Amino acid sequence: MKAADFDYQRPSNLEAALDLLDDESGDVQVLAGGQSLMPMMNFRLAQPELLVDLNGLEDLQFIREADGHIQIGSMTRYCELENSPLIQQHVPLFSKALPHIAHVAIRNRGTIGGSTALADPAAEMPALLIALDAIIVARSRHGERSIKAAEFFLGLYETALEMGELIASISIPISEAGCECGFYELARRHGDYAMAGVAITVQTTNPISEARVVFFAVSDRATRTEAVENQLNGVSTLAGEEMKNAMEEIGKLDFHGDLNADIATKQHLAKVVFKRAIAEIFS
Amino acid sequence: MSGPLTLFDKPNSYIGKSVPRPDARRLVEGRGKYVDDLQLPRMLHAAFVRSPHAHAEIGIIDTAAATALPGVIAAYTATDLADHVSPYVGILTHLQGLRSPPQMPLAVDRARWQGEPVVMIVAQSRAIAEDACELVEIDFHTLEATCDAKTALQDDAPVIHAEFDSNLAWQRTVDAGNVEEAFNRDDVTVIEREFTFGRHTGVTLEPRASVVEYDPSEEVLTYHYSGQAPHMMQAVLAKHLRLLEENVRIIARDVGGSFGIKIHTYGDDVATAAAAKILGRPIKFIADRNESFVSDIHARDHTVRGRLAVDAEGKIAALEIDDLTGIGPYSMYPRTSAIECNQILNLTGAPYAIDNYRARGTVVFQNKNMMCQYRAVGHPVAMAVADGLLEEAAHKIGMDVVDIRRHNLFADNAYPTNSAAGMKFDDLSHQKALEKLVKFMDYDALRQNQTEARTQNVYRGIGLVSMVEVTNPSPMFYGIGGAPISAQDGASVRLDAAGALHVSASITEQGQGTNTIIAQISAGVFGVDIDRVKVTTGDTATTPYGGGTWASRGAGIGGEAVLQASHALKQQVLDVAGVILQAVSDQLDIVDGHVVDKDAGTQRISLADLGKIVYYRGNELPADVTPELIATRHYRVTDFPFVFTNGAMAAHVEVDVETGFVKVLNFWAVEDCGRVINPKLVDEQIRGGVVQGIGGALYEECIYSPDGQLQNASMADYLVPMAAEMPDIHIDHIETPTKTSVLGAKGAGEAGTGGAPAAIMNAVNDALRPLSTSLHQMPMTPQRILKALGKV
Repeated sequence: MKAADFDYQRPSNLEAALDLLDDESGDVQVLAGGQSLMPMMNFRLAQPELLVDLNGLEDLQFIREADGHIQIGSMTRYCELENSPLIQQHVPLFSKALPHIAHVAIRNRGTIGGSTALADPAAEMPALLIALDAIIVARSRHGERSIKAAEFFLGLYETALEMGELIASISIPISEAGCECGFYELARRHGDYAMAGVAITVQTTNPISEARVVFFAVSDRATRTEAVENQLNGVSTLAGEEMKNAMEEIGKLDFHGDLNADIATKQHLAKVVFKRAIAEIFS
Repeated sequence: MSGPLTLFDKPNSYIGKSVPRPDARRLVEGRGKYVDDLQLPRMLHAAFVRSPHAHAEIGIIDTAAATALPGVIAAYTATDLADHVSPYVGILTHLQGLRSPPQMPLAVDRARWQGEPVVMIVAQSRAIAEDACELVEIDFHTLEATCDAKTALQDDAPVIHAEFDSNLAWQRTVDAGNVEEAFNRDDVTVIEREFTFGRHTGVTLEPRASVVEYDPSEEVLTYHYSGQAPHMMQAVLAKHLRLLEENVRIIARDVGGSFGIKIHTYGDDVATAAAAKILGRPIKFIADRNESFVSDIHARDHTVRGRLAVDAEGKIAALEIDDLTGIGPYSMYPRTSAIECNQILNLTGAPYAIDNYRARGTVVFQNKNMMCQYRAVGHPVAMAVADGLLEEAAHKIGMDVVDIRRHNLFADNAYPTNSAAGMKFDDLSHQKALEKLVKFMDYDALRQNQTEARTQNVYRGIGLVSMVEVTNPSPMFYGIGGAPISAQDGASVRLDAAGALHVSASITEQGQGTNTIIAQISAGVFGVDIDRVKVTTGDTATTPYGGGTWASRGAGIGGEAVLQASHALKQQVLDVAGVILQAVSDQLDIVDGHVVDKDAGTQRISLADLGKIVYYRGNELPADVTPELIATRHYRVTDFPFVFTNGAMAAHVEVDVETGFVKVLNFWAVEDCGRVINPKLVDEQIRGGVVQGIGGALYEECIYSPDGQLQNASMADYLVPMAAEMPDIHIDHIETPTKTSVLGAKGAGEAGTGGAPAAIMNAVNDALRPLSTSLHQMPMTPQRILKALGKV
């Protein structure tokens, strides 16, 4: 289990990193926290010719408040998010979800940008970003562009990032008064990828509005479902007919089975995690 | 038995005390010396091309591109090794009818499981060797695979070995009493269930590892081994590499767990030894995690149909089981892959007085990784089947699960006695263990809690198991069948010139604390501080001959050899002291490193002074005194095939009936392993065993696709039990020493793994009972529970 040969560069600033990425001749991979990429390279599932290590880029490591947003550098590690007072105050959904992401040792290395760029359908981060209506800021030698999280995750390990681009930062709107969030996942063991999970943000001032419901670990990508959100928006609490409709809509998602849960189990558990997250929000 | 029984109460008696492990600090500081730590001059590295198919003809193998890669030293196929290794066959004569074809380290003409080694690459680094593996071209012609044990014997099943008429490896039946008549009685209630036990494997922290050196000038092969049976490996490698046994040296330094995984003959290890011999250079092979999953032996994989008849008072009238197991394409050498099935036939229902017992075992070949002995061989299956049926029967006749055990367990004064399958029992305490468990767990309070919880729609369950464990095996286990596996063990104890003891023993340390208990026994029996005892294990060149540590035999057999040798050395030292002190040796004793007057306790001479006289100033001794400050003793069990232990365990679980998730709230074990040498180490053994048992019951499973691909060969997908999900595990003991030895110790290493799955399964089914469903398939995953509940 040794990686195939590769070239290695560790640039010290973002511009240098972007120069290295702007190379269409070979297969370039970006190393962030390495919690997924290193095993994939050692299994030889990934065999990049050039590995560009971003761990020397201090300009991608920040958490700051600006323009009603919390801006997070892509090389910010999970443990830094967990310990950040700004995050605790303004992004409560992160505080709820982060302890469920793998284990402390992994959160010490894993980065928000790495998980976002990987787009693992079972990972929490893509779902959290969609639920938070985050903006992903991509940079290349040719400029910068902002991509809404809801338009970023295109499929299994597939994102809107183009050749030569990397994620520079992620921008999350500061949670407004009355905005509540819910998070629930079912994992066989603490820290495992979930069998099913959901992240929800919602404005709870009567009547409910701006609901965002995003499932993960049930399909080929984190999946926002407006049909379920529509059952929430405009009511004071989710029960009765609306809850029944919500359950029906959840059942219509494009479920993909895995070793721990076939499609029927995913369907069932998606409903359970949704009910539990809603119960937590409105308890 | 004779012997100085008072040794358990004397000063310097460490037996029965929780002495800290002398090696703990060294290991915690990272100073352990494992096989992969070895860096030898001119050492090369091995990697293997393994079959990607479960069943395939092997056509042309082209290694030209691989060998052309800079840094590659050699590539070997089965043909290349044919002249250097003789084939091995995993059969034992006492397992009558067991058949398995000859096996070679690398697949010959046909690959029979996904992961079977086909080509070996030797290179200057493991990375280069892996690069070269990718360049090897093998012309595979895939064949239809036989993967499901249930269909392996059907007429249309592909036959895995052309020399056999079918995929049958072995069959055995046991028939005691009159089962048919008992089941047909009017007054009995019959419970019938099918139990399924998934394949799992023992995930060792340190993987299988070999560094092999060969010195052609002396024809000596030195094998650095991470494992638990050095002398067996010595015999196996000598035989199949055609070397003199004395010219094969096996060295096992620190071992990071073994659990029975590293006690078998693996093709990649043998090929590494053969290549070292061919090239005359040291070669290192460390199985990576992926290789471990596809080539370390798997275990369990049983389907057992069981039925039990009880009368209105809950007395067992008859028990019948039919076990089917798939063992992969070969029976593993030299212990064979029929032992687990054999154990299940021997042990199912063994705690209970049963007159009518019938059992049938069928062992079949299949195109999956090989299956063999892993911790608690057969026990988890046997205990889960018997106690699963028993608890179901209790509920059916409206009887409490504790009461039905009270009615059927052997009485504590029934010994010696035999089980229905012919197992010989003595010194057991089933009834006492059950009563202690009931009190320990506060059974009545738990039942009350269960009733109250159900009113809140919380589904809790309580499950028990009464069990036996095979420990301290005699030659009847392997030696009788022709395997080069010693049932006796030896210890040499030597006094040095500074007054310290050096113990060299044939049992092995693989993390459980063997070296600690050796020091405890020797220091206590002889009479020195434990800090003055140095222990050597795991080297065929420097230890007496013996079996090693497996089948929960280290403490009971090896410990007794240490006790006898230490006692003998003490007598020898006192004889010398008698001469020096002009005293009667019978009136002397050794306490705290000094020879003392037995009655008054007055110190007469220190062992250091005595050692100096003997070793340096022998001129002070009379010419006819020839001191021997070393003693060696060996010990084997002679009175019984096995020395059984017993225990009673209970699990308290909560099932989330919406998600199928099981939370283990608490676990209790009352264990009778005879004399407890080190309570803390025994508790650790039982706890670790329980955790592995919970793993098998709830998490661990080697998941194969229908065409024989292992789908979860990584630590991300194969779920070992983790600390966060484990309950508190409460342990208590009963000590009924075995009369077969002075030490009185039985084994304790496998009880937890043997008993926990049954207790967990019973507890889950107890929780599910109000919902009128049950599940008898392990692991009991959320999805399987949801399916049992009809929710998905």
